[in-house]
Amino acid sequence: MASVTLEGVRKIYHEGGEHVAVAGVDLEVADGEFVVLVGPSGCGKSTTLRMIAGLESISAGTVKIDGRVVNHVPPKLRDIAMVFQSYALYPHMTVRENLGFALKLRNMPRAEIDERVSAAAATLGLENYLDRRPRQLSGGQRQRVALGRAIVRQPKVFLFDEPLSNLDAQMRVSMRREIARLHQELAVTMIYVTHDQVEAMTLGDRIVVMEKGHVMQIDTPLNLYERPKNRFVAGFIGNPAMNFATGTVVGGDEPRFIAEGGGWQTALPRRLASRLGPASGGTVIMGVRPEDVSVVPDARNGATIEARLDLAESLGNEVFVYARADEQDIVARVSPQPMPPLGSPITLAIDMERAHFFDPTSGERITSGASHPE
Amino acid sequence: MTAPRRELIVSIVLHTVLVLGAIVALMPMAWMLSASVMPTGEATAYPPRFFPSRVTLEHYEQLFTRLDLGRYLLNSAFLAFTVTATSLVINSMAGYAFAKLRFRGRDRTFRLLSLGLVLPVQVAMLPLFLLMKQLGLVNTYWGVIIPGMASIFGIFLIRQYALSIPDDMLDAARIDGASELTIYWKVVVPGILPILATLAIWTFLATWNDFMWPLIVLSDAAHYTLPVALANLSGEHVQDTELMMAGSVLTVLPVLAVFLFLQRYYIQGIMAGSVKG
Repeated sequence: MASVTLEGVRKIYHEGGEHVAVAGVDLEVADGEFVVLVGPSGCGKSTTLRMIAGLESISAGTVKIDGRVVNHVPPKLRDIAMVFQSYALYPHMTVRENLGFALKLRNMPRAEIDERVSAAAATLGLENYLDRRPRQLSGGQRQRVALGRAIVRQPKVFLFDEPLSNLDAQMRVSMRREIARLHQELAVTMIYVTHDQVEAMTLGDRIVVMEKGHVMQIDTPLNLYERPKNRFVAGFIGNPAMNFATGTVVGGDEPRFIAEGGGWQTALPRRLASRLGPASGGTVIMGVRPEDVSVVPDARNGATIEARLDLAESLGNEVFVYARADEQDIVARVSPQPMPPLGSPITLAIDMERAHFFDPTSGERITSGASHPE
Repeated sequence: MTAPRRELIVSIVLHTVLVLGAIVALMPMAWMLSASVMPTGEATAYPPRFFPSRVTLEHYEQLFTRLDLGRYLLNSAFLAFTVTATSLVINSMAGYAFAKLRFRGRDRTFRLLSLGLVLPVQVAMLPLFLLMKQLGLVNTYWGVIIPGMASIFGIFLIRQYALSIPDDMLDAARIDGASELTIYWKVVVPGILPILATLAIWTFLATWNDFMWPLIVLSDAAHYTLPVALANLSGEHVQDTELMMAGSVLTVLPVLAVFLFLQRYYIQGIMAGSVKG
């Protein structure tokens, strides 16, 4: 078990012009912690992981494992194990040989290899497949073997590079539980890369949100959701994504948020308006999560928006309501209820105490409603 | 006409054409075998005959006793095996490196190398001979082995195949603790076996059948390979067609055996490019 520390880690590619893949990551992963790197494709999360693994050279900064700088230490001497998206099993070896390969390379006695392989196989329910080859296994079983290959090594750090992306939805859920269980049982440091926010939210003790090589926010899943540091994190975490509307804040006795173009407006709690003080009269971006928008029977005390119903998607336990107010698309996530025909006018109410406000140029969050204590 | 019936007719026509084609292709081989056991003079008799009037092994006997063919057979076998073995190792290492290892100037070097593919072999023969001469390798086995140890075609073939090896698998091996040589030997080679078999057959056949280069570089009769010795035979014994045919049978037999033995892999290797996604 070990801590992992990244200090100003950068990756620059020089092939065909300079391309900054990772623009300086500072991260402290505690011993036994489960940290998830998440972001859209090309955000640098996999490159960061590969630098920790030693598969990619480090352009600048330092990577430490257990306090030791490992920048120039080859992967095999870093005492790490990695699970790949494509499983990366050796096709010509049986499951048993795949699991034992790393141990054999370390000249471990035969008996100990057998013991560790059996133990890992038992943990992952692979006992009956030990003499099969990877192509005779299903996707889920293959990924189990890949997990097993990491477990037998008893490494200090586990690295996962989108391990579930090749699996079907059902298998993904069960493997996700498996990984969570493994983390609990082994209590070992794990760093996990995914583009799937559900995996990130459910697995991570902490989540690192990345975009275009930059770290956007490092925080616990709940904090990311409740107190996103900037517009990118707010829009990336949550499904359906947060609604954003650009507009201006008008103070006075009855403060209001007026959407760009003046097509619609909504009342603002006075406390919020005063906190937005410096931005008053200026432009801000309001963000509201779909579950904080509701469909109401009629307009009430100015905090509602008149919109037109575009689409209602019923998922059985909830309904996604897609509506349009002037030029603005708004998504609401509501409990099942009868909907008017498509195209008819509906009234939406926004829970302003749960709204967030962002600076339109920097994208940083300025303030949030009372339900998101700072 | 109903559909199954039309299919039947198409199948019959197709098979007839294939059988006729096979007969045409096999006829010279069959006659070679037959003529090699004919009594002297019968192969050139008029009207020509296909089957010997009586089977005799005297030409084979003569080849081994008077003409020392065993020696040439050994020479050919030694050269073909050595060249095949070394070229498999070197071509596969180079092909894998060009496909999967990152180093400066890799793609440029490979493009330059590929240019060499369009040069006819004959163009390179004179400079190669001069090179061999300066190295003092003319009239030695090394003069045949060294130029055959690596081929652009072989490197190209292996590289194209090795491109399909997933990078993740190599990275997994690196993390598992394998050295680059271990990765090559334990992870890459098992994965490229079909193409190695293809290359092995191709190299073995090419070396075994090669006439021109051994003729140029080997001047001492004791170093002759089978094709060179056979050509000399036709000069010395102009009339003796039966003897020539016996020599040809002995030349063709080993490569035929190798091909039949490995053809399954050979076809796998050829097909691989088209089936792999």
